[in-house]
Amino acid sequence: MGSYVLRRVLQMIPVFFGATLLIFLMVYTLPGDPVSALFGQKAADPAVVANLKHKYYLDQPVWKQYLHYMGNLFQGDFGTSFTGRPVSDIMADAFPVTIRLALLAFGFEVIFGLLLGVVSGMRRGSVRDTAVLILTLLVISIPVFVLAYIAQTVFATNLGWVTPTVQDSTDISQLILPAIVLGSLSLAFVARLTRTSIGENLRADYMRTAVAKGLPRRTIVSRHLLRNSLIPVVTFLGTDLGALMGGAIVTEGIFNVQGVGNVLYRAINQKEGPTVVGIVTVLVIVYLVASLLVDLLYAVLDPRIRYA
Amino acid sequence: MPDVHDESSYERHPKPGVDRLDYAGEQGMAVEQETLVEADVVKREEARSLWGDAWRDLRRRPIFLISTVLIVLLVLIAIFPWAFTDADPRKADLVHDYLKRPDWTDFFGAGWFGYDAQGRSIYARVIYGARASITVGIFVTAGVTLLGGLTGMVAGYFGGGVDAVLSRIIDIFFGIPLLLGALVLLNGFSSRTVWAVVLALVVLGWTQIARVMRGAVLTVKQADYVVAGRALGAGTGRLMFRHILPNAVAPVIVVATIALGGYIATEATLSFLGIGLQDPTISWGIDISSAQKVIRTAPYVMFFPAAALSITVLAFIMMGDAVRDALDPKLR
Amino acid sequence: MTTAEETARPKREAPYEGPLLDVRDLHVEFVTRDGVARAVNGVNYSVRAGETLAVLGESGSGKSVTAQAIMGILDMPPARIPRGEIRFRGQDMLKMSKEERRKIRGQRIAMIFQDALSSLNPVLTVGFQLGEMYRAHHGTPRKDAKEKAIELMDRVRIPAAKQRVNDYPHQFSGGMRQRIMIAMALALEPDLIIADEPTTALDVTVQAQVMDLLAELQAEFHMGLILITHDLGVVADVADKIAVMYAGRIVETAPVHELYARPAHPYTRGLLDSIPRLDQKGQELYAIKGLPPNLLRIPAGCAFNPRCPRAQDRCRVEVPELFPVTEEDGTELAGRGSACFFWKETLHDR
Repeated sequence: MGSYVLRRVLQMIPVFFGATLLIFLMVYTLPGDPVSALFGQKAADPAVVANLKHKYYLDQPVWKQYLHYMGNLFQGDFGTSFTGRPVSDIMADAFPVTIRLALLAFGFEVIFGLLLGVVSGMRRGSVRDTAVLILTLLVISIPVFVLAYIAQTVFATNLGWVTPTVQDSTDISQLILPAIVLGSLSLAFVARLTRTSIGENLRADYMRTAVAKGLPRRTIVSRHLLRNSLIPVVTFLGTDLGALMGGAIVTEGIFNVQGVGNVLYRAINQKEGPTVVGIVTVLVIVYLVASLLVDLLYAVLDPRIRYA
Repeated sequence: MPDVHDESSYERHPKPGVDRLDYAGEQGMAVEQETLVEADVVKREEARSLWGDAWRDLRRRPIFLISTVLIVLLVLIAIFPWAFTDADPRKADLVHDYLKRPDWTDFFGAGWFGYDAQGRSIYARVIYGARASITVGIFVTAGVTLLGGLTGMVAGYFGGGVDAVLSRIIDIFFGIPLLLGALVLLNGFSSRTVWAVVLALVVLGWTQIARVMRGAVLTVKQADYVVAGRALGAGTGRLMFRHILPNAVAPVIVVATIALGGYIATEATLSFLGIGLQDPTISWGIDISSAQKVIRTAPYVMFFPAAALSITVLAFIMMGDAVRDALDPKLR
Repeated sequence: MTTAEETARPKREAPYEGPLLDVRDLHVEFVTRDGVARAVNGVNYSVRAGETLAVLGESGSGKSVTAQAIMGILDMPPARIPRGEIRFRGQDMLKMSKEERRKIRGQRIAMIFQDALSSLNPVLTVGFQLGEMYRAHHGTPRKDAKEKAIELMDRVRIPAAKQRVNDYPHQFSGGMRQRIMIAMALALEPDLIIADEPTTALDVTVQAQVMDLLAELQAEFHMGLILITHDLGVVADVADKIAVMYAGRIVETAPVHELYARPAHPYTRGLLDSIPRLDQKGQELYAIKGLPPNLLRIPAGCAFNPRCPRAQDRCRVEVPELFPVTEEDGTELAGRGSACFFWKETLHDR
């Protein structure tokens, strides 16, 4: 097991560098000069521009820029945005908001996704099952931004239960509606995955054995059925938290949540290289760590994997 | 879009809704299946391959039929939009006010769905917008399947060092969220045509298919018939394409079909955010975005493109569902 | 003994004189999309304590379905039991409540399945699954249950039981896994064990070991054993009597040696003839022509008639009952029956 962990960690290293390099390349080699853009319509004094470029290392070849960036990164310095603010400050403001939002969405998806999945998986072909299937299909098909608008219109505009957009991003109660919208797609996947897994395991031979042993129904369901059925679901959930954080762009935009997605969106538009690279780097790290943990979790849950 | 996982629908059981916990047992089902197989042997001596079975299965499923009809209709609309409307989607005539309600009697006409904030016919834009979505969906899926499929197959087949390198490359691209990466990439394009979007999505989305193909090839590679083929002296190319590929391709098809719907949704999202397609290309995403301003007073301006988009995505996902159920080995 | 144990098996119950298990005229059907499959059509058999009944038959003969009906683990739709009784110690289980039947399962009647790898829960340790029997039925605390699990594993001769009790099913060999299944069945010292093809998935040498173990434990606990199999070889050593099933019916019953020596039904004869023998070298191997019938459309009359070398017109119309088999001079042969109009001819043939 230990060597497995080590191997996985070693594999992560080239991936980390590769992904960050890729993002770096995408941001800095594509056309578009951010520094000139800072000046807007005004003509810029070439000396000032050159000075700024030098300050931000933009006059160096890309690979040098990358090495320089990485070097700083390992000292905890994410650089400075073109507007002068340290990127780490920007992230320190934005990440907690998104984390809260993602956690709320995650909780929502776990509780209701599992519930719906179990309810529909236990009784396949029933009315409940069909209802869950249709509901999840709709949620998967209707794009997030449309769902966001529907939610906004129904709950904020028409019913008036919440404000249409978030006034204070640090207030958790205001994050509830965006969290529900954000988590809805994942909820649909969790429900379906659970349903399938339960459906398959219900037919399994070991379930037949459990019944033949005369075990009480409650034991059979909780200990035998669920423990096996939830393995694939748990591993999906493991990577989903990271995905939620990276996918909140649209939701944060529509509900005006001042989180990472929002910041990232504006940064991309304004060609704010350092901010974009900084945030995406953190997201990549989150994703890598999450997938490592998920792999380990899977090995813990399913003993057959451990000795492979 | 997150990985969609394997599902199987349970249609052999004629009695729905019963709590199966009271009596569990597979032997009964085995009896049923044995006798049914025997009946087939007696009745018809047709070759029953996976694909033959799947096709027969698909034909009977209502979800497949509905989605096929929808998709055919959508493709027709995409290729021949002029057949469905006379109106010009780009003609912005402010005579037509978006506050004027849609005219329900104007079947297939310019005013059928009303007009948007710039006086353009919503119906016409819905019809013409299909082309962008369908094109992106189909070409991204094709590109992703080719690129990802090839990579995955090579990685899975050769294993060892080749696999190690390719897998790391796959991981690298996989680590960048699709939407984010597309945002960054597309920002660098001066003119964002449909093909720019297709390219961006293919470059970032191929990893999903690569992983599925690699996994499938790894499984199939160990099968006895592959070992036998190798023992009989079959060369690499023959083994890969005649033996492994046909057997590994099923999960890839399932994922690709469902992902198609996802790519359409992603394109719409990108256009909605303003980083996808741009004028003069007509896209539902763009329309939904510009409808935000008038959503209070004229919600139907957003409703129609949103509905069109949802129905399109729904059609492809339903198709993907049906295909997956038909190809599910666990129901064999 | 705890109260749980007492309610499970009242020690002071009246000794029962009759057979442990008495299946009478059992019918089991499956409602399918294509019609009603009649899997079991009037099966009668019984087992006494200490006795081994082997139920022989091909796939689709109904032998497993009968066993599952006895255990009460069939999916009730699509399965249904339109007629029949399953009497355990004189009481018809089909008339009991679900809870009463559950208590019997595992404690008084236990079942061993064919494929131990898929029949054991892959994510729980072997010790846990064994101990579960005690924890669930007797309320035994975990630690004690684990001790008992180790004892059980010793009993079925799994080496290094103490270390292996925390291992998972996939870490054992096929033969060991089957022993664990046997151990699980034995845990609460049931009165009756039903073994459904327990050795089919195993190597021949391992088969013999497992069957020996089963026989030994049966003798030790004086249990009834129903052995379901399609393998004639396995049966010869272990069984006392055999019931041959075809298309959901019992077509012949006989004490084990009698069946091999003098079968009285063409189907049994056919099965025996198709066993390859050394002195047949060079000759064509006999096989019963045709295929087992489609349970949705069982042939009229005697179900075997399309494949039977002795079939006459009568066989296509009338359904033969199980006739008692006698010697030429009429002396009854105990425990012998044959569902063939021409059993006499079959018996004395060759």
